[in-house]
Amino acid sequence: MDYTVNGETIAADEEGYITNLGDWSQDLAGVIAEAEDITMDDERWEVVNFLRDYYDEYQIAPAVRVLIKALKKTMGPEKGNNKYMYELFPYGPAKQACKIAGLPKPTGCV
Amino acid sequence: MTTKKFLYVNRKAPYGTIYALESLEVVLIGAAFEQDVSVAFLDDGVFQLTKGQDTGGIGVKNFSPTFRALGDYDVTKLYVERESLEERGLTEADLQEVTYEDEDDDWAEKPSIRIISRAEMADVMADQDVVLSF
Amino acid sequence: MSTLHTVNKSPFATQALLSCLNHCKDGDAVLMIEDGVYGGMAGSGLSEIVAEKGKSVALFVLSPDMTARGIDASRLIAGVEGTDYAGFVDLVAKHDRTQNWL
Repeated sequence: MDYTVNGETIAADEEGYITNLGDWSQDLAGVIAEAEDITMDDERWEVVNFLRDYYDEYQIAPAVRVLIKALKKTMGPEKGNNKYMYELFPYGPAKQACKIAGLPKPTGCV
Repeated sequence: MTTKKFLYVNRKAPYGTIYALESLEVVLIGAAFEQDVSVAFLDDGVFQLTKGQDTGGIGVKNFSPTFRALGDYDVTKLYVERESLEERGLTEADLQEVTYEDEDDDWAEKPSIRIISRAEMADVMADQDVVLSF
Repeated sequence: MSTLHTVNKSPFATQALLSCLNHCKDGDAVLMIEDGVYGGMAGSGLSEIVAEKGKSVALFVLSPDMTARGIDASRLIAGVEGTDYAGFVDLVAKHDRTQNWL
């Protein structure tokens, strides 16, 4: 399932995770989000940017509970909880937010 | 559910075989089960924690930064065998810093790596419910 | 509390057997399997170290792996015992945990 961004084809696997992490751009994120039926706003960007920073530092996409714990610490309990996360990404932060962030599927996520 | 003591034993250098990466992935996946997890590094396994790794030239992923994420997964006990370091001409200063934030101590940052002797490593191994080797 | 250790590499190729012996506790057992069975042979450069450890640790080799490699039981270090697959299972059951040295 490839994406097309500004006339360019970006390779992705059958689940929609992009093949080359270096292909990611903000425009691509918008295209992936659209395919997921998600409209990007500040709150969603906050999560996507957090995921990209986490990957940049540790070379993994965090497990959902790790993501939520970290958001709770940096952004407070009103954002660092399951309910908030699933409101932003109804099919789950791992499945949707990581995909939009251009990261591989989190380790241990089946 | 009762908590069991799990020890992951690493005895292989990081990039020559897949063992080290597989071990790390199993540790990360296993962390979801909220057991009492320790990770041991001995023999060539101590090479996994050296700082300054850069795999750009060999076309494989540098997973050494991922050890620094283990604290987020509540894996906070990384035992490194002193004799194994010494046999390889290494000291603690050659290892990257790995810390965790202690939730029970106002998120104080504490070191995860504990350098222990061979005899102490044997004690750690004998104290486990489950030992998984890589 | 005791541990069954298994070693499956030739002691002349890797440190697995030596490292295993260095981390054994009294009352543990070491079972040499696959290429590990070469560690049970008498007359090698390592035989003395293995024999010495045999005083505090029970040493076994998996007989089918030994036979497959043409090693006769008479070539084993004194005190090293051959066992079959059923004996392997008994050893696992007898100890509190199993640790594999790869």
